Amino acid sequence: MRVTKDLVAASATPMVLGILAEGESYGYAILRRINELSGGELDWTEGLLYPLLHRLERLGHVESSWQAVTGERRRKYYRITDSGLAELAEQRRQWDTVVDALKQVWLGTGDLKTLTAIPLEGPA
Amino acid sequence: MTALDGQDDLEGQFAQWRHYVQRRPELRQSDADELEDHLRDSVDELIAVGLRPDEAFLVAVKRMGGLDDLSREFAREHSERLWKQLVLTGEADSAAADDRSRRDVYAMIICVAGAAMSVKLPALFGMSFEDDPGFYGRNFSLFALPWLAAFLAWRRRAARPVIGILVGLFALGAVAANVYSLADDSQSAVLTGIHLPIALWFAVGLAYVADDLRSTRRRMDFIRFTGEWFVYLSLIAAGGGVLMSLVFGTFKAIGVNPEDFVVQWLLPCGGVSAVVVGGWLVEAKQSVVENMAPVLARLFTPLVTLVMLAFLVAFGVTSAGIDVEREALILFDLLLVVVLGLLLYSISARDPLASPGLFDKLQVALVVSALAIDVLVMVEITGRITEYGTTPNKAAALGENIILLANLTWSAWLVLGFVRRRTPFAALESWQTNYLPVYAVWAWVVALVFPPVFGYL
Repeated sequence: MRVTKDLVAASATPMVLGILAEGESYGYAILRRINELSGGELDWTEGLLYPLLHRLERLGHVESSWQAVTGERRRKYYRITDSGLAELAEQRRQWDTVVDALKQVWLGTGDLKTLTAIPLEGPA
Repeated sequence: MTALDGQDDLEGQFAQWRHYVQRRPELRQSDADELEDHLRDSVDELIAVGLRPDEAFLVAVKRMGGLDDLSREFAREHSERLWKQLVLTGEADSAAADDRSRRDVYAMIICVAGAAMSVKLPALFGMSFEDDPGFYGRNFSLFALPWLAAFLAWRRRAARPVIGILVGLFALGAVAANVYSLADDSQSAVLTGIHLPIALWFAVGLAYVADDLRSTRRRMDFIRFTGEWFVYLSLIAAGGGVLMSLVFGTFKAIGVNPEDFVVQWLLPCGGVSAVVVGGWLVEAKQSVVENMAPVLARLFTPLVTLVMLAFLVAFGVTSAGIDVEREALILFDLLLVVVLGLLLYSISARDPLASPGLFDKLQVALVVSALAIDVLVMVEITGRITEYGTTPNKAAALGENIILLANLTWSAWLVLGFVRRRTPFAALESWQTNYLPVYAVWAWVVALVFPPVFGYL
């Protein structure tokens, strides 16, 4: 199973902000972390991640700086700001609402397995 | 293959990759660094799981996705980057370029201050703007152009002999403007007023090509510079006009008459400054904004051709001959100069390697119709000279016609040859650039030699 592009795009901002809330990080490590968190199901590209990081920086949600950690290459690290934390809290509230609503809908329709067994009209 | 070889190969591949990335306008230096770091992490991980370096590199690049896709995503976030921006200070990608542009700004400011000072200096000796309009009219180009030349010569690190020649030329210009005792309304004074700025503009051209005097490309660059400078000057003049009317309006509203300030300071100082600032802008933005002069040339080539053909048809139908006043003759010369300008700027913007197209055929029509008009005008002037004798005006007009005729004739031949794929485009280009000194010499002759020859008429 792969998560669709739309869903990846919609969840991208809270995902990155959430990871950066754990501590400052750099592009490659963020991608690896996303991979790890989703068990490899979330298909992120560099073309999604880096422009997103730059946008978050422009909006003031993250800050970046080139740092040289001993024993490693000079890297561009990203750090979440207070405004980023506020944005993360706001996104979380929204996602909680969506997830809660979905859960209720899905519980209401009963057992999902029987649902998929019923042939639906048109392409599912 | 040893591990060391693999490492060398890998660095070579990274260098090549970086080269491709840096050619993309959407990606800045720091983005390239960031992406390279990412790629290196990816390669390291793949090597760690057992791939050979070259395999690891290929897989990592493949994983990163095509540069096209990547650039498109970056462009979506950084759309401003595709609008080339004028970076004046700071924010430039490399420290060296930044430093350079800042030094340019300082040099420009010094030259602007110099120009403003030299236009106000005569006032200290009692030569006011109102009492000696003739003096200021004759000398206007001498207040501004030496400073523009100085800025360019500084930027090109002109060699000492070139600087010496420049100083000599401007001194000669000062002689031409001030030594002859010409009445303000004499023909020679008007002719000098027109030709001296042109002659001095070629001195600016010398400063422009100072780093490579013989190069055709460099001369072509000067032609481009001239067009862009003119476009900028017009824009600055339009802005200056708005500024002046605002100063007038707002100060009048509070009961202060700003006329003295505007006439004595804003207009002359702003005017000479604009000349220098225009030149600096062309230099600073060279790689920033698309050139405007060639666009205008493309736009107006068909229109001017149409006008000239219409004129020739009308001339043929009425067969009245050009019964003209002096002013009308000058108008025809101006038309020919416009044609030459269109030709020059179309050439300057053309890819020399592209094969001839519709526009080149249009140029044949443009040049040939201009030639026909030139011949008509020459016949007319020659007739007047034999009938009424020579005056400085007629002699100057005739000389200009002969010069333009020679240029247009050979241009027509070359454009025609190019359209018929007989001659290379470069022949046309070098013909035009090599012809530039002819205009310069003629402008100097009219400004310097004509007054004594024609008895200061």
